[in-house]
Amino acid sequence: MTSQELDQSVRAALSDVAPEADLSTLKASVAFRDQLDLDSMDFLRFVVALNQRLGVEVPESDYARLTTLDACVTYLADHGAHP
Amino acid sequence: MAEFRMPSLGADMESGTLVEWKVKPGDRVKRGDLIATVETVKGAIDVEVFQAGVIEKLLVEPGAVVPVNGLMALLRGEGEPEPVSPPPAPAAPAAAEPVRHLRASPAAKRMASELGIDLGQVHGSGPNGAITLGDVQAAAVGAPPAVPPPAPRPRPVDAAAAMRGAIAAAMSRSKREIPHYYLATDVDFGRAQSWLEQQNVKRPVTDRLLPVALLLRATVVALAEVPELNGTFTDGAFHQSQTVNLGVAINLRGGGLIAPAILEAQRLTVSELMARLMDLVARTRSSALRSSELGSGTLTVSNLGDQGVGLVFPVIQPPQVAMVGFGRITHRPWVLDGHVEPRPVVTASLAGDHRVSDGHRGGRFLAAIEKLLLEPEKL
Repeated sequence: MTSQELDQSVRAALSDVAPEADLSTLKASVAFRDQLDLDSMDFLRFVVALNQRLGVEVPESDYARLTTLDACVTYLADHGAHP
Repeated sequence: MAEFRMPSLGADMESGTLVEWKVKPGDRVKRGDLIATVETVKGAIDVEVFQAGVIEKLLVEPGAVVPVNGLMALLRGEGEPEPVSPPPAPAAPAAAEPVRHLRASPAAKRMASELGIDLGQVHGSGPNGAITLGDVQAAAVGAPPAVPPPAPRPRPVDAAAAMRGAIAAAMSRSKREIPHYYLATDVDFGRAQSWLEQQNVKRPVTDRLLPVALLLRATVVALAEVPELNGTFTDGAFHQSQTVNLGVAINLRGGGLIAPAILEAQRLTVSELMARLMDLVARTRSSALRSSELGSGTLTVSNLGDQGVGLVFPVIQPPQVAMVGFGRITHRPWVLDGHVEPRPVVTASLAGDHRVSDGHRGGRFLAAIEKLLLEPEKL
């Protein structure tokens, strides 16, 4: 997948969790949990959504690497995400 | 002839608007069936019936505002003959303008209200067809409606302001009527955290646990030791509950708070509590709660620690008699076997009702939670 496709998939997963959020103003290099007011349960649902959309099983020990939109794209590209 | 009345869906509810009947006269219903949808300040709630029978007559029309305990329908019990005389007249007059069955998040309702958008014209893309903020925004920038806009109507009630008013009324009542006492204790969460990490390594992402699952389970188990914290205070007396309907304070993005209950939580394992909580949070935020989940809590937990709060001072939800708070799990210096070492620590707090219990018993309860969290494998 291209970076752009991965970016779209991450946004879609965030939208699954927070359908009310306005993702058009999301800053890709800033932690999204603060921007979108996500709690730990929302974040777990986000990881589940990534798994369902891209087939990537993110271990809990890697959660800290999924802080920003950009970081998610890098992580998913490194871990063979596929649609 | 049995009566179906507007349920009380929490201490802060005075009335509800009937959105839709899900049954019609002649339909056979059993206990627990969803028979109506009611709009409250906390969103659309599916209302269950608690008696089996046949729907004899629906007494209110969609759009009617019905006070709590107002008569809404009549049910004929099994084997009961059809009535000869006509049933009583409706308790509440129907409103002039019926409303459609709409599910929308509070944030979406607020924006629609601000922009003057008719939610009935908006396509819902959220869970169960719920209208999301994005749907309202899309409608706001979309093509103009085919029909001309209706004549100006009275300014719609701001949903967020209505919810804030309801919360304020319930909390004012709590502070006015309930003599609160407050306790707190720090709990070493190290063993619990290790146990969770070991569990989550083995589990697929869909079955992973969050610390809150252990905190809820410890709360439920500790109630068995101090049962006078579990129940309601009504008609001047405490009624201890034999089951634990565990209320969970859930914040709504964009403001507001709802505390629906996980019913019969004493029967649930840590994993089951986690699954039920995930489901409850998702349905709370998409206005898909059931009436039995509101107003039935026997003890409520607030987990504001997830938002970075160190210590929670809970305000009891009437008619309950206690509320538990959990702060942020954070590494702090902790003395263990005579040595100081960094440990993950959580502050558990309790607001108790002096009409029913005192600090001594409340302290026993927090001590029980601490002991349970030191042996998470037994939970």
